[in-house]
Amino acid sequence: MKILCCVKRVPAPGAKINITADGQDVDAAHLGFTTSPHEECAVEGAVQLIEEHGGEVTVMTLGTSDAEEQLRYAVSVGAHHAVLVDAGDNTWDPQRIAAALTAAIQDVESANGSDGTAEPFDLILFGNESADSGGFQVGIRVAHALGRPIVQGIKGIEIGDDAIIARREIDGGFEVYELPRPAVLGVKEGLNLPRYPTMKGRLASKKVEIGTVGASADAGGQARLRLHRPEEALSETVILGTGPEAAAAVVDVLDELGVL
Amino acid sequence: MLLVIVEHDNGELVEAAKEALTFGRVLAEKMDDDLEAALIGSDDAGLVAAAGEFGADTVHTCTHDLLRDYGPDAHGAVIAQMIEELKPAAVLACGSDRGNEFMAQAAARLAVPFVANCVDVTPGESWSMTRVQWGGSLLEDLALDAEVPLLTCGLHAVAAEVGGAGDGDAESFDADLDDSVTITMVKDRVVLEAGVTLPTAPVVCGGGRGVGSADGFAPLEELAALLNGRVGCSRAVTNNGWRPHSDQVGQTGTRIAPEIYIASGISGAIQHWVGAMASKHILAINTDREANMVTKADWAVIGDLHEVIPAIIEEVKARRG
Ligand SMILES: Cc1cc2nc3c(=O)[nH]c(=O)nc-3n(C[C@H](O)[C@H](O)[C@H](O)COP(=O)(O)OP(=O)(O)OC[C@H]3O[C@@H](n4cnc5c(N)ncnc54)[C@H](O)[C@@H]3O)c2cc1C
Ligand SMILES: Nc1ncnc2c1ncn2[C@@H]1O[C@H](COP(=O)(O)O)[C@@H](O)[C@H]1O
Repeated sequence: MKILCCVKRVPAPGAKINITADGQDVDAAHLGFTTSPHEECAVEGAVQLIEEHGGEVTVMTLGTSDAEEQLRYAVSVGAHHAVLVDAGDNTWDPQRIAAALTAAIQDVESANGSDGTAEPFDLILFGNESADSGGFQVGIRVAHALGRPIVQGIKGIEIGDDAIIARREIDGGFEVYELPRPAVLGVKEGLNLPRYPTMKGRLASKKVEIGTVGASADAGGQARLRLHRPEEALSETVILGTGPEAAAAVVDVLDELGVL
Repeated sequence: MLLVIVEHDNGELVEAAKEALTFGRVLAEKMDDDLEAALIGSDDAGLVAAAGEFGADTVHTCTHDLLRDYGPDAHGAVIAQMIEELKPAAVLACGSDRGNEFMAQAAARLAVPFVANCVDVTPGESWSMTRVQWGGSLLEDLALDAEVPLLTCGLHAVAAEVGGAGDGDAESFDADLDDSVTITMVKDRVVLEAGVTLPTAPVVCGGGRGVGSADGFAPLEELAALLNGRVGCSRAVTNNGWRPHSDQVGQTGTRIAPEIYIASGISGAIQHWVGAMASKHILAINTDREANMVTKADWAVIGDLHEVIPAIIEEVKARRG
């Protein structure tokens, strides 16, 4: 079985997010970078499926060459192949990202095939939404362009005899979907608990050859004007006390709110 | 016409649908255009009337054998056909899980832009809008170049309110669907828990890394049970395997809106905060007076949660006698 995961490199901010002076981006000068959490779970989910059913996992990202860091991390936790779709800069809109990823996936699938017939990935995993821009659409656009079914919000995947069984969380339970292969899923954090890299994984990640595909696609219809922070209601925190002596004051508050 | 796609469940409009209509009323007024609604998979008179009460003039109902349950392809196909035939000036839904999914499906079919989770929209010759990024930690202003803007409003961007002067006239819409749309239709449903769930709990007792271990959550469980609440946690906790992810509050977890959120041993990172900020009141328990959670809370206790929470439990029990 062949599984592809599309992951995005995003900054890892702490207590608040700062913006660059031109308002165009998150100020990442003092920040580390990470993979969007939903997509970390996509990689872990793919690796687990392969461990059970055999096969290979490929990770793909569209971004600058810095995003190799996230591709190598995915290899360190069990992915086999990595592809960078080199976008030169980071300011692509969702339609454009989807078009470029679609073309790159088609490239890789042709290369995997033989006799001029492409070999599709049995399963392509996306995050439900990217952690930074959160457009809720790249996976759906790619699936549509490839002519494959996609369901979003997935927190459980099983490979059945003829179908991929996917569970989607709803309040108080879940919905079950059954998709034929090849299929696409948008997954959410909570699908699993991602593992940490092993020593062997780290070595593999240093050695892996990262395939690079050029990216070109037309800009979509939306253009960023600026980023800004939402206004915060300033609150004056009332300190009820220090240590266990504060318990009576806490319960007074609960009583006042009528939740006691 | 502004066309609002309304979600329904068990014969009732869901809260998200009411929010979309409320948001849509303001937008339709700015557009100086009619507000109409689309009801997919039902032509129930009660639903039509409810959409009318929230301001919809005409309600386009679409029933079909292949719309017996929810499916992203079926919904996406119907919306794309409505756009082609009814020629709305813009289409809006609420940015719920389903709303964002079926709007992206429609946009992919028509190869047009889709803007998720708007909080403010300015129509015009060219449209501009403000939308949520980073799960609510940041906002983005953008300009949209699209023949028909497809948008969702952020979940809880407005509070649902009845209003407007909608007639709520039903008009049926014939969709042309084939079996292929059933590939992504819900096959089965499993109910795990009934009653108070994390998104609806009146009290949430949240614990973070400061709790220290899975066992350390026992007092939080006890306090939550005493207050008819639920335990929540930070991502540091789920990453350590101390609690299941279904307890996680935040950008990639659950958004809570309790009467009071009691946050213990949680620093209040922005990605946690965006899941907790809809809480009506927040009480933080932390050893660090400067922790973000403390400075943003209504009330705080400075101290070790392992001492403070048991003392609160004793006090609650004592008062109840
Ligand atoms: C894209 C992205 C998405 C994310 N999504 C989420 C999300 O959905 N939810 C989420 O929670 N996080 C999320 N995070 C992670 C987030 O950035 C923080 O890392 C995380 O919230 C920190 O958890 P914490 O507050 O428990 O731990 P810490 O930041 O380590 O804070 C521990 C706190 O406990 C206090 N403390 C320690 N001991 C005690 C004691 N004995 N008594 C009282 N107080 C004590 C400390 O003073 C400190 O304030 C996300 C991160 C990224 C990059
Ligand atoms: N630049 C990118 N490179 C690879 N995958 C991406 C990129 N942007 C988005 N994706 C994938 O598409 C999903 C949805 O993104 P979005 O539409 O931005 O919310 C993400 O969770 C990723 O899996």
